[in-house]
Amino acid sequence: MRNSCAIGWKSVELNQHSPTVVLIRTFFDKTGVASQETHQAIEAVFRIERARLIGGLARTVRNVDLAEELAQDALLIALSAWQKTGVPNNPGAWLRAVAKRRAIDRIRRDKMRERKHAEIARDLGGECASAAEDIEVAMDDDLGDELLGLIFTACHPIISRDARAALTLRLVGGLTIDEIARAFLCSETTIAQRIVRAKKTLGNAGLAFEVPRGAERAGRLTSVLEIIYLVFNEGYAATAGECLVRPSLCAEAQRLGRILAGLMPEDSEVFGLLALMEIQASRLSARTGSDGSFVPLPEQNRARWDQFLIRRGFAALARAEALGGADGPYALQAALAACHAQARKAEETDWLRISELYDRLREVVPSSVVDLNRAVAHSMAFGPEAGLKLIDEIAEGTSLRSYAPLPAAKGDFLFRAGRLQEAKAQFETAARLTRNEGEQSFLLARAAACAM
Amino acid sequence: MRAIVFVKATEDSERGDSLPTTEMLEAMGKYNEELVNAGIMVGGDGLKPSSFGKRVAFDGASRTVIDGPFAETRELVAGFWLWDVKDMDEAIAWAKRCPNPMPGPSELEIRPIFELEDFGENVTPEIAELEEQLRDRLEER
Repeated sequence: MRNSCAIGWKSVELNQHSPTVVLIRTFFDKTGVASQETHQAIEAVFRIERARLIGGLARTVRNVDLAEELAQDALLIALSAWQKTGVPNNPGAWLRAVAKRRAIDRIRRDKMRERKHAEIARDLGGECASAAEDIEVAMDDDLGDELLGLIFTACHPIISRDARAALTLRLVGGLTIDEIARAFLCSETTIAQRIVRAKKTLGNAGLAFEVPRGAERAGRLTSVLEIIYLVFNEGYAATAGECLVRPSLCAEAQRLGRILAGLMPEDSEVFGLLALMEIQASRLSARTGSDGSFVPLPEQNRARWDQFLIRRGFAALARAEALGGADGPYALQAALAACHAQARKAEETDWLRISELYDRLREVVPSSVVDLNRAVAHSMAFGPEAGLKLIDEIAEGTSLRSYAPLPAAKGDFLFRAGRLQEAKAQFETAARLTRNEGEQSFLLARAAACAM
Repeated sequence: MRAIVFVKATEDSERGDSLPTTEMLEAMGKYNEELVNAGIMVGGDGLKPSSFGKRVAFDGASRTVIDGPFAETRELVAGFWLWDVKDMDEAIAWAKRCPNPMPGPSELEIRPIFELEDFGENVTPEIAELEEQLRDRLEER
């Protein structure tokens, strides 16, 4: 392996197919000194190159489906070639060149077929050549933002949220249909259909596959961030299924967030979202007990919080704030997560600051769930009576009527205010409403504690 | 997987009289940008030659300070990155596309960092608290 590395570095200036390089490689092949690339090593290169390749192709052929197919072809060709020759020094350019040839072949073939069908002679020959030339030019025109264009395309608001998430994981994350199906607890058929339909919708819309500019950009970015956070939450909150958390999905979302932060260094909400994900992810291993049960925040072993991720999160939050985005919805949520991350013990939590952040958050994202969390924060900062006052205001609106956390919180406020009988009734209501068994037994235990 | 990627020293880097060429700096800058855009670069820096360095040797209760430069050039480090990658294969794939950091033959060494899971419940709150205090002090500077 080391020898093939050294060759790679030495031959930087040499042409890809120069006889010298081939000779050197053949020499090592014959002597058996490790110029052969393992399947695994090539896979790793694909992971790095795949999304950019698809992005560039999609922009050229204006069709995601065809782009993915062409990229797949190029990867297959590379796999057999590289196992013999080793990975070239610029694998991205190698793959683009192969994909370009395939795209041109494809267009020629399609034109031939069309011509036969329509029985139109000659004059189409010119068009055929010019289409091929277009591809030639477009593929060489390396704008460097193919990946960003692909992310924006996969998260395009004309397709459904679920389809956007699946398509992003497939095209940008490089996950297989099977992996996505397992992540979203759907059948492979469902995911495959979802992706096919999404590609069709995108194809019919005649999109430019580019990074949107101007007024359109803000709205489209919101959709991108929403999808990345959806993927993260699917891993973090695990709405259903045996595993409480699916860390690989979180890692994928964090990676997408980091890529986006690298590509859009001036957008504060990108950093707000990244900060939120990094800090929340720092608690992943502490959220699950050794028996696989959920461990709520105040009871988590804070020693198991990942300080590396917390620091990364803080850095991203600082960046979001420096860009003037302190009041963005993701930055505010990140600031809330940061408050918890800063407390060494649950008792040291700065509830005053958390209350203040929730006051600001509800201005930006009005929602009953935010209001409920705000009531909890106020109860911790100013006492249970303050919480009760706020929670009764929410209960008047009906949207949370069958939402278990509402009576659970109210029960807690009443319990702390010493109104045990009323607290007991609230805990029992909450236990009836929840569908999670672990939560149910927790709530019934709290109800029982009120009777003592 | 987090890993430190060491740029191993060479006789050139240890002499410290030949600064990297503009070409080299450009190539490395472009590579670093790719690392950032791929979301894997956490940090990194170059080190001065070991003639600027010191060693503190331990033997029982005694402490001896040794001045650089140090002899075993090939074992010295001239720079490092901190990366966050999926696995070792990906780290290797990225390392291979680094421009040769030295004028002559050179090496990168990829060393995975212990993750929290490697220690599991052995990390007591006391150990973590101590570590956290140290980190706080580092950040205050």
